[in-house]
Amino acid sequence: MSALQPSEVDRPALARGRSAAADADRKSVSAALRRAEFGDRLRSLLLAAPLLVLLALSFGIPIVLLLSRAVYDPTIADALPRTAAALSGWNGQGLPADDAFTALASDLKDDQVKGTAYELAKSLNARLPGARSQVLKTVRKLGDDSGQPPLEIMKSVPFWSAPSTWPAIQNGTRSFTSFYLLSALDLRWNTDGGIERVPPEQAIFVQVFLRTFLVAAAVTLATLILGFPLAYLIANLPKGPAAVLIVAVLLPFWTSILVRTAAWTVLLQKFGLVNDLLLWVGVASDRLDLMYSRMGLIIAMTHIQLPFTLLPIYSVMRTIQPSQMKAAYSLGARPFTAFRRIYLPQVFPGVMAGCLLTFILCLGYYITPALIGGASDQLISNFIANYVNVELNWEMAAALSFILLVFTLALFGIFARILGLDRLKLV
Amino acid sequence: MKYVRTHLFALAAATAVMTIGHSAIADELSIMASGGAWQDAQRKAWFEPFGKETGAKILEQEYLGDLGKVKAMVETGNVPIDLVTVETATVLQGCDAGILERLDYSKIAPRDKFIEGSALDCGVGLDAYGDILAYDPTVLKEAPTSVLDLFDTTKFPGKRAMRKFPAQNLEWALMADGVAPADIYKVLATPEGVERAFKKLDTIKKDIVWWDAGAQPAQLLASKEVVMTTAWNGRIQNAIDTDGKPFKIVWNNQILEYDMIAIPKGAKSPDLAYKYLAFISDPKNNAKLASYITYGPVRTDAASFVAADALPKLPNAPDHLSGGYLVADTEFWGDYGEDLVKRFNAWLAQ
Repeated sequence: MSALQPSEVDRPALARGRSAAADADRKSVSAALRRAEFGDRLRSLLLAAPLLVLLALSFGIPIVLLLSRAVYDPTIADALPRTAAALSGWNGQGLPADDAFTALASDLKDDQVKGTAYELAKSLNARLPGARSQVLKTVRKLGDDSGQPPLEIMKSVPFWSAPSTWPAIQNGTRSFTSFYLLSALDLRWNTDGGIERVPPEQAIFVQVFLRTFLVAAAVTLATLILGFPLAYLIANLPKGPAAVLIVAVLLPFWTSILVRTAAWTVLLQKFGLVNDLLLWVGVASDRLDLMYSRMGLIIAMTHIQLPFTLLPIYSVMRTIQPSQMKAAYSLGARPFTAFRRIYLPQVFPGVMAGCLLTFILCLGYYITPALIGGASDQLISNFIANYVNVELNWEMAAALSFILLVFTLALFGIFARILGLDRLKLV
Repeated sequence: MKYVRTHLFALAAATAVMTIGHSAIADELSIMASGGAWQDAQRKAWFEPFGKETGAKILEQEYLGDLGKVKAMVETGNVPIDLVTVETATVLQGCDAGILERLDYSKIAPRDKFIEGSALDCGVGLDAYGDILAYDPTVLKEAPTSVLDLFDTTKFPGKRAMRKFPAQNLEWALMADGVAPADIYKVLATPEGVERAFKKLDTIKKDIVWWDAGAQPAQLLASKEVVMTTAWNGRIQNAIDTDGKPFKIVWNNQILEYDMIAIPKGAKSPDLAYKYLAFISDPKNNAKLASYITYGPVRTDAASFVAADALPKLPNAPDHLSGGYLVADTEFWGDYGEDLVKRFNAWLAQ
């Protein structure tokens, strides 16, 4: 019998054994749970699969393909295969040997036949201003069949013997390039292999990125100042009047952004209603230039963005019981203290969600700055559109988009980190 | 009864066959132009008569003149347009880039019958227009006498509208800075010349409102947003004639240019497109546009066909050339355009 009695000495070992058994139990339970959950997850994933496939095909893949243009540009490498081979052993000092010139001449001749000469000229021009017309001129000369040896033709165009030409070509024959991403931040490689700022008359993007963030911040702040009291009012009104106000907020929300922007141009123009009103009231002594100005842009964007900030705040405010505030008062809190310590912390996730939504949407504004802003109020999207539509430099457009996307995701990450994604309450 | 039914059936079948046959004959020609009064004029002068003559159905589209749209179509191999109207510099750019078809003039008209510079490899001229200055005399008490008055902010204070594009503005800036019209493109081809032009533009930068679309200058004048604006002459004349606006046109130091039309690579009905190009390049048809918008013909032998009342309003009417003018140098803009656009955009953003 006594052998069956656990002895004093054995107790810790037994406890260990028991806890080990319990651990194993817990593990197997949680593993089973995980298995069960995995099945559930798989099923819900299967349900969402059509949507995910659609998203990947129509959204994910095109975006990745377009953005990859920012770092992968094989134009020059494809157009100059022989030159690339001839340059592989060159140390980048002075001029390369004559066989590089001959290789370039035969590559250029091929490009004219294949029709890739223009793309090459354009791509090289982005790295080496003025290269475009030189390349096309040389291509025409080479194609003329004048009987002059190609090497002589190459040497007769001073551009090909300039010190900056060959390093740029060698650089360009590498398909993976940081050139466009650096340009999007007003930076470039210098001849020593370091990174330097571009000259001030070419530097625009840092300024435009800053401007975009500044305008987005100003609009976010303005919508918060206007939206918070309005959301509070709507949340605390009886059902009928609240519904009227909500419709008043939502009605413009359902109108096309282009229509609202056009309406603002009518209101803001020099002989428009806003200026008429300001003069009549006597606030302004002369007609203000509201159109094509930063002020006009922020006014119009604030109007368009107001519902995006207001609705998340409103949805959170509605869930807060008035009895909580009453309880705070009954415990002796002054109205402001009760507001600050009871109300505000609960509304905070809604405020953050609304502001984040507005801020991120503002970063991508295109049509409103184009129509209402002046030349110095254009945001980064306007530049991206210009590179896509007018300059046909899609690599640069991709680089700018990539940087905008990185900034936006970083910002979203910071907010999510501070608040926790689950606390971000959208509508 | 049965007799009637068979006959009805036969009739229906015949109708069906006829409709099918007809739709096969009636081809569709899709034309993308830059909208506004100019497109309205093209519709009346060319689209509708051409449609009547050939039975083709003309599908119209509008755009801002940006080649990116056409490039996207050509690159993806889905080209829903057969013809596109473009500016001369854009024709050269699109030609080099392989976006526009090289034209076979034997299917259009003898190339030497066009005004020099209006028949290019990838684009054929539609009309001659003037880049001019327009103002509203009810707002400006003193009348500007030259386009270069744009740069005189002491005599003519207030906002002025200019096209958001380096072409024309750089030329005018150099002219206002004292460069003779004959030397403009020589000076502009040097870095110092470009610097000089931008310096001159700097002096009025804060007074400029920029326009993109050809319909905007008349709107900006009408809403009194600006006191004067650069414009394409036909758009302003249209606002005067059709909308009864009191605007005035200043012709001195105007810049003469040509509108072009081109076939994008991979267009679906190139044969019909060529037929259209031949139709509008016929001297009588070429002169017809002037009756609907005050742009001149590009065929040297078309002047006699221009309606008598339209003639004195054209940009190349003798009266409008006496005060000095510049013919835009297409080749210059083909060579330097891309770099200058880049520089111009950087300058705008600063």
